[in-house]
Amino acid sequence: MSGIPILTLLTVLPLVGAVIALFSGRHARLVAMFATLFSLVLALLAWTWLPANGSIGLVEKAAWAPSLGIEYNLGVDALGCLMLVLSAIVALMSIDAAHRVHHQPNLYFALVLLLESGLFGSFTALNFFHWFLFWELSLIPAFFLIKLWGGKNRGPAATQFFIYTMAGSVALLLAFLAVFLSTGSMDFGQLTQMASTGALDRAVTAHLGPVTLWLAIGVLAGFAVKVPLAPFHTWLPAAYAEAPSPVTMLLTGAMSKMGVYGLLRIAIPIFGHQIAQIRTPLLVLSVLTVVMGAWAAASQKDLKRIFAYSSVNHLGYCLLAIFALAVPATSSAMVNSQAAALNGVILQMFNHGLTAAALFWFVSILQSRSGGERGIDHFGGLRKPAPVLAGLMGIALFSSLGLPGLNGFVGEFLIFRGVFPLAWVAASVSILGLLVTAAVILTVIQKVFTGPVPERWATFPDLNHGERLALAPVIGLMLLLGVLPQLIVDSVNPTVLNLLAHWRF
Amino acid sequence: MLAYTIYLSFAGALLQAVLPKGKPSLSRWLALATAVAGLAVGVQAFTAGAGQGLVTIVDVPWVPNMGIHFLLAADGISRVLVLLTGLAAVCGILFSWNIELRTNEFFAFFLALIGGVYGVFLSFDLFLLFVFYEIAIVPKYFLIAIWGSTRREYAAMKLALYSFVGSAMVLIGLLAAYATAGSHSTGLVALAHAGLPVSFQMWCFPLVFTGFAILAGMWPFHTWAPTGHVAAPTAASMLLAGVVMKLGAYGCLRVGIALFPHGLDPWGFSFIGIGSWRDVFAVLAVIGIIYGALVALAQTDFKFVIGYSSVSHMGFVLLGLMTLNQIGMTGAVLQMFSHGIIAGLLFAIVGRIVYERTHTRQLAELEGMHLSKRLPFAAWAFVIAGMASMGLPGFSGFVAELQVLIGSWIANPWWTAAAGIGIVVGVAYTWRALQKAFFSDAPPHAQHTHEAAGDPLHAMAAITWPEVTGVTLLAGVSLAVGIYPRILLDTIEPAVKALLAGGAQ
Repeated sequence: MSGIPILTLLTVLPLVGAVIALFSGRHARLVAMFATLFSLVLALLAWTWLPANGSIGLVEKAAWAPSLGIEYNLGVDALGCLMLVLSAIVALMSIDAAHRVHHQPNLYFALVLLLESGLFGSFTALNFFHWFLFWELSLIPAFFLIKLWGGKNRGPAATQFFIYTMAGSVALLLAFLAVFLSTGSMDFGQLTQMASTGALDRAVTAHLGPVTLWLAIGVLAGFAVKVPLAPFHTWLPAAYAEAPSPVTMLLTGAMSKMGVYGLLRIAIPIFGHQIAQIRTPLLVLSVLTVVMGAWAAASQKDLKRIFAYSSVNHLGYCLLAIFALAVPATSSAMVNSQAAALNGVILQMFNHGLTAAALFWFVSILQSRSGGERGIDHFGGLRKPAPVLAGLMGIALFSSLGLPGLNGFVGEFLIFRGVFPLAWVAASVSILGLLVTAAVILTVIQKVFTGPVPERWATFPDLNHGERLALAPVIGLMLLLGVLPQLIVDSVNPTVLNLLAHWRF
Repeated sequence: MLAYTIYLSFAGALLQAVLPKGKPSLSRWLALATAVAGLAVGVQAFTAGAGQGLVTIVDVPWVPNMGIHFLLAADGISRVLVLLTGLAAVCGILFSWNIELRTNEFFAFFLALIGGVYGVFLSFDLFLLFVFYEIAIVPKYFLIAIWGSTRREYAAMKLALYSFVGSAMVLIGLLAAYATAGSHSTGLVALAHAGLPVSFQMWCFPLVFTGFAILAGMWPFHTWAPTGHVAAPTAASMLLAGVVMKLGAYGCLRVGIALFPHGLDPWGFSFIGIGSWRDVFAVLAVIGIIYGALVALAQTDFKFVIGYSSVSHMGFVLLGLMTLNQIGMTGAVLQMFSHGIIAGLLFAIVGRIVYERTHTRQLAELEGMHLSKRLPFAAWAFVIAGMASMGLPGFSGFVAELQVLIGSWIANPWWTAAAGIGIVVGVAYTWRALQKAFFSDAPPHAQHTHEAAGDPLHAMAAITWPEVTGVTLLAGVSLAVGIYPRILLDTIEPAVKALLAGGAQ
């Protein structure tokens, strides 16, 4: 297993694919599909090669720019590797869904592959510089995918998306610059080590004064925009709604996870103590994210905006759990709760990625059959003319609702199981979010699939064989993970314990 | 060997001057061959010079009774800047492929300018350095006055006057230093070791530094730069911004700081927080960074945006020099190289690729032309150049500016904080220009629909091979340095270290 630089291969593969896609004439989508499929295989291979004790494996190191503390340092644990698998799956779904890109398809698929490379790079990097390079790399193609292939208001939406994310990145960069100046290191492992002994705080205080808390806030700001955390979410509905649906799949399915992943890999390990100090306001904001996201979804009429806000809500649970567990553990029961919450977060990341991507795929299918309609009031009774579509989309919707037996349930259950003992007020208020989400999802099902069939949809075409074949594995995975969550948990749990053991609050 | 860069360029210039008129093609190929030969010599010396310190190339007495030698030598800084000059020369000629007016004269002046620049970077005798410095001014004047555009006589005259005023200040300082030292050598190394009195250095340093800094575009003496850049023909703008401004910065470093290190000492009192010439120039540099960026944000002429951005980016060079520490000064030298490449690329896109096809540089008019569809090559080249100019990681500008910021943080955190604002505004103006010039959805202007005879995709002249080659070369170099900065850092760092140990402080 060692010797093959599998993570480097994984990152470079989409880049090469992007170049080929640019010059492959009419076969760009096929090239993208194959490159991504191959990436998925590599990611799954990496998954089987992970060390059993949950530590970081498949490490690749090389000197890069030592005077700047920059090192080529790659590695993944189950968390990183799960994100690789998720990114590859979501990218594959997105490329599958994008079969109607008529305008500059070569460029489109090249940008998608570039974005993929950005995702892979940022999920494997263990050095700030390296990580930041790919974090920014993913931003540029995302901007252009919205800007050039988006809907009517794509211009402002893309610009808003870019400016918000860029502002967050600048805060992140400045904070890390300060950390580097104080400690001389950009290595996540070393910095985590220093943080756990308190050396980081001492070094920063010695060099710059008592500003560690502000650095923590700067780093949090970068991730808060990306996930997003209220009140930094305002770019999201416009970007998700204006982006073409396959791009929205990537944005919500994979890119939003970069933020959560960043919190787990960077913010909490390095600034755990500082985050624990401001835990209460952060918890308030995450409860706000959960509840506000759900309410906002309830007041929307546009399917894409409904799912956009419900994404805010679903990732809000991740934030809730992350901030809830940021507290020094005083008993083994607390450690158990932290572990449950963290397991929940990681599962929720995967499940939300899968489910949200599937939902936006269904929106794109509905749009393509209805001449671009996506308001919930424009549909009705589709169960009759399109039973298979209704059934499969229903499964995805129920998964999003968190129905037991489907993948969405397990993550949320574990999160609440962990958060209740750690922050019961926040957990109790967040339950409201669950209820409202349920109401929203049921409304969608009701308005789109039940009731009388409007005349113009009497011959609404059902899913064709190709679409059924493409969607089957996704829906199958939802059912499988709902019944057998241990497929993921068994590998993730050692990593969770390993992470918790290294964190200091 | 390196001396041949100078001889080849001047020989090439002479050859162009005697070339029969009416053979533009011959003249182009000859010029290209000359520049490529110069670049090849530069590359060879760069690779051969790895690990070597200061190497003397030629040392012949010139005016023996005054101690003037024809002394050419090179250290890491010179080798890097010679490499930059070679690249800029080759690309400048590629982007001048369409010059039809007095082609051979154009290339004669162009090569003479290049020869002068090589000479400055390689001279280790003050007098010789000054001679080459003056030689470079004359061809600049003619290049703008004959082949320029917008108010070319005014711009050419302004540029020449500013240059001469700067030179006069430098000359006074140098003569004073020569007289004060009482030595019988004008060699740089000899003068640095002459032990000039501190009180003398105190007044001579600001004189010489300012004299050189005028050419580096230091605020408030920068006003020649935007007008000059805009009026100049593309190749000359590339050289002006890319290389000639570096002459000024190089003089500041090689002559100003190295000869008068005590000029940077504290005055012994401080006024509004400024207690030395070092503080004065650092503050001017920071003002230049912010001012240049803000003014670039407000421009309506595309080329002026790039012109002012050069003022902002050169501010980083001056700020890096004023840090007086290893990392900041290394960053300054890297920024000289990086900005030379990136500014060259930007001017090539704006002045040659876009302007020659649209015949306008007004952003408001470009908005209606949908250039991303009609000139996709230019649009994507500008995306890459813009990303590099913004300082996104993965491009040379990021590493350079990061080092300057780190160095200035060590020197004075307020400088870093203020320069950070400049970076944010830098993102804004680049993005604004990119959006307006290439990716705008604005409806076409009446006059252009008329011009295009109702055909929205009115064909523009195809992109030619010299354009593709030039863009690829410059973008590739910026990317290569950004991804693997050690290519240059390994050469720059020892030279800066030697300079700091031997000259400054």
